[in-house]
Amino acid sequence: MGQRIPEDPAVHKDRSTDKLTVHRGLATWGEKLVPLDRFREAARQAGRQLSASERSRELESFTERRADPTPVEGPFSKIVVFGGVYSNHFALEALLEASHREGAEAIYCLGDLGGFGPKPDKVRPLLDEGRVLAIQGNYEQSLASGQEDCNCGYTDPRDNHFAEISYGYTDRNTSADFKRWMGTLPERRRVRLGARELLLVHGSPRRVNEFLFASTTPAAFLEVLLEQEGADGLLCTHTGLHWHRKLPSGRDAVNVGAIGRPANDGSTSVWYTVLEDYGPELSVAHRPLAYDHAGLAHEMRAEELPEEFVETITTGWWTTCLEILPAKERARSRF
Amino acid sequence: MAEPTHSNAPPAPSASVPVVELGSLDTLWFQVSGTVCNLACSHCFVSSSPTNHTHEALSLAEIEPFLIEGAALGVREYYFTGGEPFLNPDLEAILARTLAFGPATVLTNGLLLPPDRCRRLAAIAEASSYSLDFRVSMDGYSAETNDPIRGDGTFDRILGGITNLSAAGLNPVITVTEVHDDNGTVQGKQRFFRLLERLGIDKPRLKILPVFRIGAEAERTGAYESWQRLRESDSPGSWEHLQCSSCRMVTDQGVWVCPILVNEPEGKMGETLADTLTGFAMTHSACWTCHVHGVSCRT
Ligand code: SF4
Repeated sequence: MGQRIPEDPAVHKDRSTDKLTVHRGLATWGEKLVPLDRFREAARQAGRQLSASERSRELESFTERRADPTPVEGPFSKIVVFGGVYSNHFALEALLEASHREGAEAIYCLGDLGGFGPKPDKVRPLLDEGRVLAIQGNYEQSLASGQEDCNCGYTDPRDNHFAEISYGYTDRNTSADFKRWMGTLPERRRVRLGARELLLVHGSPRRVNEFLFASTTPAAFLEVLLEQEGADGLLCTHTGLHWHRKLPSGRDAVNVGAIGRPANDGSTSVWYTVLEDYGPELSVAHRPLAYDHAGLAHEMRAEELPEEFVETITTGWWTTCLEILPAKERARSRF
Repeated sequence: MAEPTHSNAPPAPSASVPVVELGSLDTLWFQVSGTVCNLACSHCFVSSSPTNHTHEALSLAEIEPFLIEGAALGVREYYFTGGEPFLNPDLEAILARTLAFGPATVLTNGLLLPPDRCRRLAAIAEASSYSLDFRVSMDGYSAETNDPIRGDGTFDRILGGITNLSAAGLNPVITVTEVHDDNGTVQGKQRFFRLLERLGIDKPRLKILPVFRIGAEAERTGAYESWQRLRESDSPGSWEHLQCSSCRMVTDQGVWVCPILVNEPEGKMGETLADTLTGFAMTHSACWTCHVHGVSCRT
């Protein structure tokens, strides 16, 4: 096996200690150099070599269905689902009106109620008023358990700086009662829409803070996750960017987007998702939501939140935490 | 046809060594140019060099079955390393094929990235709905700090590669090891961000990696002490922070537990991915670095 890459003629030194030529005919084994054939023979002998039937058993058990005691809600025929409120109570108010116009039978929020925006406590009464059914995001987990940061772990010192400001502000301005309530939210929900059973999570079915971006989430990976979960569709958020993929099996994977800040697309609108049962087809529609973004910008300035955050609200372009974006999403980004 | 069953599993690990289970197979690595590199960096943990044929390059035909098997196991992302991946003449075809399955990342030293190749890579990236990412390695923000590690004249050539990628619309992640103590500090990071700005890169991306004291690096700074090994009592209850709980590495010699232990026959787990879905006993000292520093070779 393997293709031999021919030696570069420029590598002609033959002092046996020279780093460039020291491996001629030799292999590294731990800290020693050994004849190439000795290493290869040891490698050939190492590890397992299962029979074809053992291999297919291994593959099957690795991807087999896992039990999930989460109760199933519904059935519904039309729901509105959104995520990432980030304390944007202006957008949440607009969302409730829009859901009413859509004729949604239930409204689901996939978490991250706070962060970024002003006056986090204004979100709670709106959630009650709209009978919004919520799950925990990483923000709720951190706030409810009294952690010191949102655990984003950025590399860029600038991103860390802004993440700290945003978490610190939200932590100080969220009432103890609201934080306690956040702690009571479930980590996942299951919802029946027509004949389909949908799994609702914040990041991914495996981790609350796993990013599922369109350009880094393969169809085959989603198929395996949904097979293991025994679900016909997956609804998630956490990235702030919405997308929908119809999988080869007929299942659906949907990132419902965020209503707290724009989708890094140069528009001030934010996004939510309407899901409707059409018998054999599930209709998934991402809808832009216009709201009083000038009012939000005003309140953010009054609360002395960073001007960089306000700029995102008024221009539609992200200015911070860009390092989470994969290559494709970053290329479409302005900063 | 009857299949021979042949198991050469290593002897059962002693009870004092923790075993890491494979929770999911998220990251599939390919040692795509084997251990052959056009450089011989003094901190390379697989000791790659122009004459190191411990592992040979993988062809597209050899990689294809692993892409198919990986998809059935739900792989999330594909990583290509070596050696220097661009020494493999099949690499562009391999990337184009891989991007039909999912996102791909190439770890390169940046020396073999002339403008025409970068334009072809940009076209390959454009044709897929999945991301194609490049990670270019550097060890210092200047020739004086970088070249003693990577080789004379490499600093300017790396900057050339980064500039060509970025001119083609590909925005690489600059990967820096903590070979100089201050590379990972706030000031250290800011120096790299400023360097990228000077190159005209307006969306800088940076990753800092700790150094493994194995391979060439063992000679540079000394190997591990005997106490620097994992014991059962180190167990934090879950090994999810270790990349071997969610990755495997394919080389021309078979499938290995992780990208770090390819020069240890004990790191080899089987011939197909299905052979390697079992747990791995972390007997090696490098496992200690992973555990203590929470290392992942992923971006
Ligand atoms: S070296 Fe690190 S990734 Fe590899 S087996 Fe050890 S702990 Fe796991």
